[in-house]
This record gives sequence, structure tokens and C-alpha cells, in this order.
Amino acid sequence: MTEAEFHVFRGDAKGGSLQPYKIQVEEGMVVLDAIHHIQAKDAPDLAVRWNCKAAKCGSCSAEVNGRPSLMCKTRLDALPLDQPVVVRPLRSFPVIKDLVTDVSWNYEVNKKIPPFTPKKDAPWRWMQEDIDRVQEYRKCIECFLCQNVCHVIREHGVKAGFGGPRFFVRTAGLEMHPMDDADRTALLKDDLGIGYCNITKCCTEVCPEDIHITDNAIIPLKERVVDEHYDPLRKVFKLLTGKK
Amino acid sequence: MNAARFETHDFDVLVIGAGGAGLRAAIEASAAGARTGVVCKSLLGKAHTVMAEGGVAAALAHVDAKDSWKVHFRDTMLGGKQLNHWRMAQLHAQEAPDRVRELEHWGAVFDRTQDGRILQRNFGGHSAPRLAHVGDRTGLEMIRTLQDHGVHQGFEVFMEVTVSRLLVEGGRVVGAFAYRRENGRFIVFRAKSVVLACGGVGKSFKITSNSWEYTGDGHALAYEAGAELIDMEFVQFHPTGMVWPPGVMGILVTEAVRGEGGILRNSKGERFMEKYDPKRMELSTRDMVARAIYTEVKEGRGSPHGGAFLDISHKPAEWVKKKLPSMYHQFMELADVDITKGPMEVGPTTHYIMGGVRVEPDTGASTVPGLFAAGETSGGMHGANRLGGNSLSDLLVFGRRAGLGAAEQARSRSAQATIDPGQIESAERAMLAPFERTDGPSPYDIHHKLQETMQSLVGIFRVEEDLAAAVREIGRLKQEAAKVRVTGSREFNPGWHLAIDLKAMLTCSEAIARSAQLRKESRGGHARLDFPKTEPEFGTKNTVVKKDGEAMAVGQSPLPEMPAELRAIVDAELEAVKV
Repeated sequence: MTEAEFHVFRGDAKGGSLQPYKIQVEEGMVVLDAIHHIQAKDAPDLAVRWNCKAAKCGSCSAEVNGRPSLMCKTRLDALPLDQPVVVRPLRSFPVIKDLVTDVSWNYEVNKKIPPFTPKKDAPWRWMQEDIDRVQEYRKCIECFLCQNVCHVIREHGVKAGFGGPRFFVRTAGLEMHPMDDADRTALLKDDLGIGYCNITKCCTEVCPEDIHITDNAIIPLKERVVDEHYDPLRKVFKLLTGKK
Repeated sequence: MNAARFETHDFDVLVIGAGGAGLRAAIEASAAGARTGVVCKSLLGKAHTVMAEGGVAAALAHVDAKDSWKVHFRDTMLGGKQLNHWRMAQLHAQEAPDRVRELEHWGAVFDRTQDGRILQRNFGGHSAPRLAHVGDRTGLEMIRTLQDHGVHQGFEVFMEVTVSRLLVEGGRVVGAFAYRRENGRFIVFRAKSVVLACGGVGKSFKITSNSWEYTGDGHALAYEAGAELIDMEFVQFHPTGMVWPPGVMGILVTEAVRGEGGILRNSKGERFMEKYDPKRMELSTRDMVARAIYTEVKEGRGSPHGGAFLDISHKPAEWVKKKLPSMYHQFMELADVDITKGPMEVGPTTHYIMGGVRVEPDTGASTVPGLFAAGETSGGMHGANRLGGNSLSDLLVFGRRAGLGAAEQARSRSAQATIDPGQIESAERAMLAPFERTDGPSPYDIHHKLQETMQSLVGIFRVEEDLAAAVREIGRLKQEAAKVRVTGSREFNPGWHLAIDLKAMLTCSEAIARSAQLRKESRGGHARLDFPKTEPEFGTKNTVVKKDGEAMAVGQSPLPEMPAELRAIVDAELEAVKV
């Protein structure tokens, strides 16, 4: 059985450092298993979030060797074990303790999005082809890895006036639902700040659910916002008719 | 009371747990006008419901026009070996279709039939394609729908907060004592009624599909508050969990694999279900399939890593990826197996507990005033064995009913009760004691020993000698747990959290083992090697666990008698009901 060295961030809001731990490598082991071994043997108070261990709940997000990942999906045999495996908390959110960060901001953003609003007398019948796209957005497990790598959030922190990729995906799921009747373009433009996104696709790259966040959610939404709020012909039409 | 030592919050209804049942209860309680709070151990949307895969059972009759609540009711009672509370099974079958349609109206996007309605799939023990689903991530769809609908209903959510004790005054539940996992600070909730929706107990077993949260908190809180638990011996071992690699052992492989045509084989290539249930084969009930796989392995016909082979690779690869996307990824990424090309290795895993808090079917009220329960924390609905898909529908039907029941009872009370400060102090002391010890066992070690004990002595096949040994060992572990030592600070300290959770795990484990001793027969999820037959006299009795002073009293009570018109449905041939 081989041994591997892990350097895990230990600390809190006041600061911290990487601490070395050694673990015995088992076949098929993932980083989360290693963290659990460290907890049980050396560091019972090592803070980590996890639930399903099968990439379904999105709890165990962290940065492994600098790459934002779900620890339950990151196999040790895919990492170079001749050097220490470095595990740090998500960088864009404030550290609470060790690998646990304060992601509560995301839950606040979510509350701003108007809920699903069905059309009056909706027939509640639609074809599978009509919802394939919506079902892609709804695969999101809220791991917040996309939020973590988003340049706007990384560089400017979590702020009012920006929602981040997770909530563009969520809004896309509502906007493109065949039975939904609400208009969220003003929200996208003003509260969620979709204009700040400069489509670098970093969010898409880290998505563990392989949602094409940029191409399938953000770009179509940007088009809707432009059509609704920046189309000169529509502006003139609105001015003349007084219609929204 | 010293305000600095803890925060205090007042609610009409306090819901403990934010999975399907908890969220559905909170939505209903809020809608009924109750000021409602929800407490959950993890972040919102991470509860166990998110891991449910195959679907939600409801007789919508979209795929098979002959399906109806009566057929669903009959399937549920037969699957539960008729130990179910008839009224729960009836309400469940009758109301599930409305609850599923309601989810769709709240934004859930289920897979569709050719004519654009909610698609339904086959599952074990259901005699019609009945499970509304979204590929194999139905639970995610359900919890996200409830979560996103719920945030606009005005209830307050306390994330990453664990309740360690219910507060009781004059025989009535009047609140809860809790701590914030983030910083270890205490909270006193005062509530006119409390709904327990805390899920199950799987973390007491070594091989389980359950997450760290499943430590039986709801069952134990109810027990400590004086409520009755019923049928705790009935633990569901799901037939198909992953068996390799070691780190993922026990992780669920959805029954939808079999529902969509997956075939089970042993190492000799035999389709062994022919021997155990030739009529239903792979779509037999979970208790049967789990025992079949266990027996094949035990008799030397297991797969290389001690399971059975489950194969869906005879279906077109693209179709498999569409119908079972998360299974495809799970095996590809965690086990290097391409399920479109070859078989999976699977074996039984502790998945669900049928037993739980005894409730009034219509309202979810427990035997203690002010206390309600729903979902896996409650007992009676599933009898001796739960059918796949009946859990998600259970959460919706009885989550709603418990929310309504709790709101109604809260309305009848004008003010919050005064809580004896002594109660709160004693709850605080219990929380802090593990830090004060300079020596003592590690919570991880005690947990490990408990898991070994439950796995080897109270597993799929049971025998008196093993059960007695388990009860002795649990007693010993309780003494160890009373001396458990925790290091570090109160800030997000998993060792401390585990030390507190251990108490509930030990209580539930004792209840399971003692109830299993009392039921000297085999029925559904409870199989005794020393009493292999199903005995009619046990078919009329629930096992009851109740706290008696400091001891656990285990007894029996008569099963509620089914009305004649429902009895007729259960006793009739399928063809006579399915018309």
C-alpha cells in the first residue's frame, strides 16, 4: 500500500496555513476519502462539508492542487502522488473554518429570482424536445464551483448587483420553461448584472454536471436582455405606443 | 435566562429537517398562516432527498390507463407484508397524484410521454409503470422545486443547525435546543408545535447509502420526549449498492436500472432471480432481491468484489446515457466501469428504515402533544418493506399533512410556553461535557465499532444469539459514549458533532436490535434464520418502543384493523382491481 502526503488548509477567518498529513492510499480512493481518514486518525476537528459521496449533492467543493473540484469525484490515481496533494477551501468565499466557506450569499441571491409563474390556463402538456434544454439547467447541484471561478466574483468579491453563473443557469431554467409567463430580463440586467460576464467560460470548464453554462444559459440570456432593453427599433416602438 | 448564552427564536411551527418531508411541511404550515421555522443540519438543498434517483410513485395512469389508487394501495400493502397502517397506505395512494401534479405546477420538469404528459417507469413491486421521474435524478428535481418554491413562502431557514434535544413542559413538546455547527453557539427555539422530518438511521451501519446526516435524530428526539416508535426492526437493505472501490461501498445504484430492463446474474452467468421470484424476477420487492444477492454471494457465486452483476449493456448506449445519466457517470468516474459496455457489480446496502414515530395518519401527530413526524422519521406507512418510489410520494403526502396538522394544533395555543431554565442548562451541560474531559474515547472509534456491530449482528439475516450480542455491545458502547472526549474548539468541529450524534445512533440501534429480538418471525425487511417463516400471529402486531424511566421498553400493540372495503381490495386478484 502506498502512502500519500496531503497538505490541507487549517484555519479560520483570521488566517491559517497548510498542515501536512500522511494517509495510506487504497484502490479507487478519492480526495474526500483521504480527508475522512485524516479526520478519523489525526484531526478530528478538521472541518469539511459533504453528504452524498457520489457527486449528487454538491457539498464537498474545494480546490485540489489549485483546481476547483468536488472532492468526492477527484480520484487519487489521477493526481501526481509523488508530491503533496494540496487541498484548500474555495477561494471566492470567506473561510469559516478549514475547508468550509461561507456560501450564504448564494442563498440570498436565489431569493431575488421571481419563482416559476405558470401561464393562465396552461395545458400542462409539452414534448420532451421542448424541455431537454430546461432539464440541462436543472441538473445543477449547487456546488458553487462556477461561482468560485467566475472572474467577476473572484476579483470583486460577492456583491449586490451580480448573480454569477449559478443564478444565470437557474434563471435560464425558468425563462425557457415552456409554461412560464414571467419576464426576468430586467432582473438579469440590473440585479444579476449579466452584462458583467465576459464569457471566458471558466464556469463551464469546472461544472461537474457538464452544463454548458456559457453557451446554453448565459449567451441566450444575454441575447434576451439585449433584445428587450437595447434594441433601438423596439425602443422607438415603445416610445410611440407607450407599450412595454 | 442569560441572553448571551444562546439566541432565542419563537415560531408557531418548528420543522426539524429540510428534505422533501420537512420542506413540504413548512410550505403547508406557512400557507396555513403559521409563523414557521425550518432547521437543517446541512445547507439547504443537500438533504437526503437530493440523492433519490428512480422516481416518485403516483397512480397518474399516464402509461397504463388501468392504474388507479386502488392498485397502488394494493401493491403497497402487499409489498409491506400487510403490516402497513391501512389508513396511511390509503391516503398515500389517493393523494400522491395530486402532490406530483402540484410539484409540476411549482416548476418541476418531469420526463414526458409521447403525448406530452408526465412519463412513468416500472419499479419493483408496482404492478403498473408508476414512477414519475427525471432520468435518474428525480430527488434533485424534487428538492430543488420545493426549495425554490419554499423560499418565497416566508418561512425562516436555519442552515447547518442541529437540534440536540426537544424541550418538554407538562408532557407537551414546546420547543427545541440546538447548536449552530458553524460556531457552536446555542439556540433555544420556542414553538407551539414541532414537526420531525429528520430522515433515517443508516449511519449506524457500515455499508450504507446514507450520508453523515442519517443518525436517527428524529427517532431519538421523539423517543427521549416520550413518543412511541413502531416497527423499528424493519430496516431496508437496498439490493443494489456499489461494492467497489472501497471508498464508495454502499453508494446507491438506482432500482431504475432494473426498472428499465437491467438483468442480475451471478458469477456462473445464471439469472438467479429465477430461483427466488420467477414471476417478477429483477422487479421483485427490495427485501427479496437483497436476500437473493446476499445468498448468491454467501454460497460462493458472487462477483470478484463480493456482489452480483447487474447488466444494462444490452440496451443501446445512447439510450442508457439518457435514461440513467448519473449511473453512467458514477460508474465511469468512481469505478472505471462503462455501464453501456459491461455489467456493474452490486450488493445490498442499508438504505431506509420503515419503522419510526407512531403517528396519526391524517395529521402526523405523534403520541406526545405538540409533536408531529413525517417521512422516514415516521412509521407505519410502509409496513415491513417499502416499495421503491413510495418514499418520495410519502414525503409529499405526509409532509403536507403534518405541516397542516402542526399549524392547526399551534393555532389552538395562544402563547408560547414558559421553559424551565433547568432544562436548558442541562441541555447545555450535555453539549459541553465532551470538551471538559481530559481523557476518553474518540467519537470516530465508537462510531466505527457501532457500525461493525450493526452490520455484522443486525444485518440482512438475523438470529437471536447475534441480536443479544448486539444489545450487549450497544450497552457497552453507550457507556463509552458517555465518556467521549472531544478536542479543538466549538467552531465547525465534526468530531464534536459526531460525539453528539452518537447518542441518537445508539438509541436507534438499540431500538432496532431489541425490536428484532421480539419479532420471532421473518417478514419483509426482517429475516430471522431461527424463525424463517412468516407467522400469522405476528401479522396483527406492531412492535412498540417507548422510553420507560431510563430503560427502553419494548412491547407489542394490535395492528389497526382495515375496513372491509379496503380488505377486499388487498385480498382480490390483481386483475379484479386493475380494470
